[in-house]
Amino acid sequence: MPAQVITITSGKGGVGKTTAVANIAVALASEGAKVVCIDGDIGLRNLDVILGLENLIVYDIVDVIEGRCRLRQAMIRDKKLPELYLIPAAQTRDKNAVSPSDMNRLIKDLRNDFDFVLIDSPAGIERGFKNAIAPADRVLVVTNPEVSAVRDADRVIGILEAEEKGPGSLIINRLNPTLVKNHDMLSADDVLDLLAVELIGIVPEDEHVIIGSNRGAPVAFDPKSRAGQAFRNIAKRLRGEKVPFLDLDDTGGFWQRLQRLAGRK
Amino acid sequence: MGFFERLFGKKNSADSAKERLQLVLIHDRMDLTPAELDSLRDDLIATISRHVEIDAQSVQIGMEHDGRSQRLVADIPLKGASRRRAKRSK
Ligand SMILES: Nc1ncnc2c1ncn2[C@@H]1O[C@H](COP(=O)(O)OP(=O)(O)O)[C@@H](O)[C@H]1O
Ligand SMILES: [Mg+2]
Repeated sequence: MPAQVITITSGKGGVGKTTAVANIAVALASEGAKVVCIDGDIGLRNLDVILGLENLIVYDIVDVIEGRCRLRQAMIRDKKLPELYLIPAAQTRDKNAVSPSDMNRLIKDLRNDFDFVLIDSPAGIERGFKNAIAPADRVLVVTNPEVSAVRDADRVIGILEAEEKGPGSLIINRLNPTLVKNHDMLSADDVLDLLAVELIGIVPEDEHVIIGSNRGAPVAFDPKSRAGQAFRNIAKRLRGEKVPFLDLDDTGGFWQRLQRLAGRK
Repeated sequence: MGFFERLFGKKNSADSAKERLQLVLIHDRMDLTPAELDSLRDDLIATISRHVEIDAQSVQIGMEHDGRSQRLVADIPLKGASRRRAKRSK
């Protein structure tokens, strides 16, 4: 079966696109899927450090497009997961070095060799974003439960509809259950009400994400991280499994609840 | 939310966020500035008035939405007493 090409975008910067791409890629590849992720953020390369592969880069996506190397030569194999590859962004070029038809051509060559192609989109709605969505079969829009991120997500969803890429599926990232409980953060339901699109994942705010990025080891590797669990669930949903959404209203897990009941906490 | 905020009936911040976003998204999706909306309203009043007498002061234009699809809804009251057709003015 040819690959599913999935682009992760957001409008606003810093909401967790690169984090999502790295973690969904790790989760998919851990379950045995063949995955290649492409850093579409030309000039602001980041996916390589989040995946811990920055020391292995020789060629980048612009080298491929401009014919300085073959596609295979620019693909970096993950250290832990042999079925996971990265095509890094160019760091010293700008977004105009790549066009949407370049992207379509490049992805066409990958479709038959992989199960999933994940594309990390840059922020904004200009050239880099257009490049990233051009080859997409499916688009995931990342937002945070916060006014500016939701507003930008709505803009992006509108553009996706206009470009006939479907409305996209929503990842609500960095949800803080305590703030939601105190009515000081939009809940997942609020965000869904406002944006009126399909939900594919709710990822809690989790310090493990930062710790993982320090080490170049995405949290999807960490069986104890709640954000890691949320990303693993998104990967399952992308494969067509029905997985219930995490119950984030309950700040503790089963054990914490039990301990509270037993009066220990 | 703190004690004083509750005491003075200040809305919690998530509710403010949601209400503000509802309005902002309506305008963003419509792709019309408030000034453009005003001018649309004036044009609409002028056009309709050429056919029937309306109560221009009470014309209401609003947005309704169902999921992501939006519709412009105009409420245009006709002049109560005189239901007859407006004189065609040139
Ligand atoms: N669920 C999360 N919990 C805590 N920190 C997060 C979470 N998701 C992302 N972050 C942090 O937010 C910052 C921006 O994330 P990043 O993935 O680089 O965003 P983008 O690619 O959209 O610009 C990073 O420092 C990242 O570690
Ligand atoms: Mg990024």
